[in-house]
Amino acid sequence: MAIEVRIPTILRTYTGGERAVESSGSSVAELIDSLESAHPGIKDRLVEDGADGPAVRRFVNIYVDDEDIRFTGALATELSESSTVVILPAVAGG
Amino acid sequence: MLTIEREIRDAIVAHARRDHPDEACGVVAGLEGSDRPTRLVPMLNAAMSPTFYEFDSGDLFRLYRDMDERGEVPVVIYHSHTATEAYPSRTDVSIAQEPFAHYVLVSTRDGAHESGPVDFRSYRIVDGEVTEEEVIVVERYADDVPDPKRESA
Repeated sequence: MAIEVRIPTILRTYTGGERAVESSGSSVAELIDSLESAHPGIKDRLVEDGADGPAVRRFVNIYVDDEDIRFTGALATELSESSTVVILPAVAGG
Repeated sequence: MLTIEREIRDAIVAHARRDHPDEACGVVAGLEGSDRPTRLVPMLNAAMSPTFYEFDSGDLFRLYRDMDERGEVPVVIYHSHTATEAYPSRTDVSIAQEPFAHYVLVSTRDGAHESGPVDFRSYRIVDGEVTEEEVIVVERYADDVPDPKRESA
């Protein structure tokens, strides 16, 4: 099962410059583990250890089918064969 | 070096003044590889704060989808400081994640939100390193590239 994952500019160093890669998993957490196998180091840029276990980093957004996963179950958000995943860095500052 | 049209520069300053004392933010998109900011997209500061700015995550998604469809990238990412100088804060530097963008800072402190000159400065922020760059304001870009339709502020 191949799911397209859109990679932002800043993380393309991990994907050999590719803007999109194919990966797999039945949840976002599994997908990120698959990404890590193919592109070592990328997981640490996406996930951090929170008080309740692994969580998406504060200034990284992951969208499944156009929805920010913070509103759809976070890393447990389920994926299907037709899912599209987009990773975007937050634009923020002080 | 950032080269930017006067009309776009003035629209960014106007946006910063309008949102003062909250921080204003937005991007100027341009064709990928052109390094030419052509399409101003003022964004809502979801934090609505005088000391922080953040694009709403849904707005961010739509912004990048629109840019992708047009073959654009965020050539300029701008925001205002409303009580401090137009220099990236530690927070700005730690969050900056577009290594090819020109990060523009505008300061509306000391009454600059009402009248007088507004500091308008540009930086590269890469791996936590801030490098200020020259800003060249031009009336019009050289016409070797068609000018995409611009959204008004």
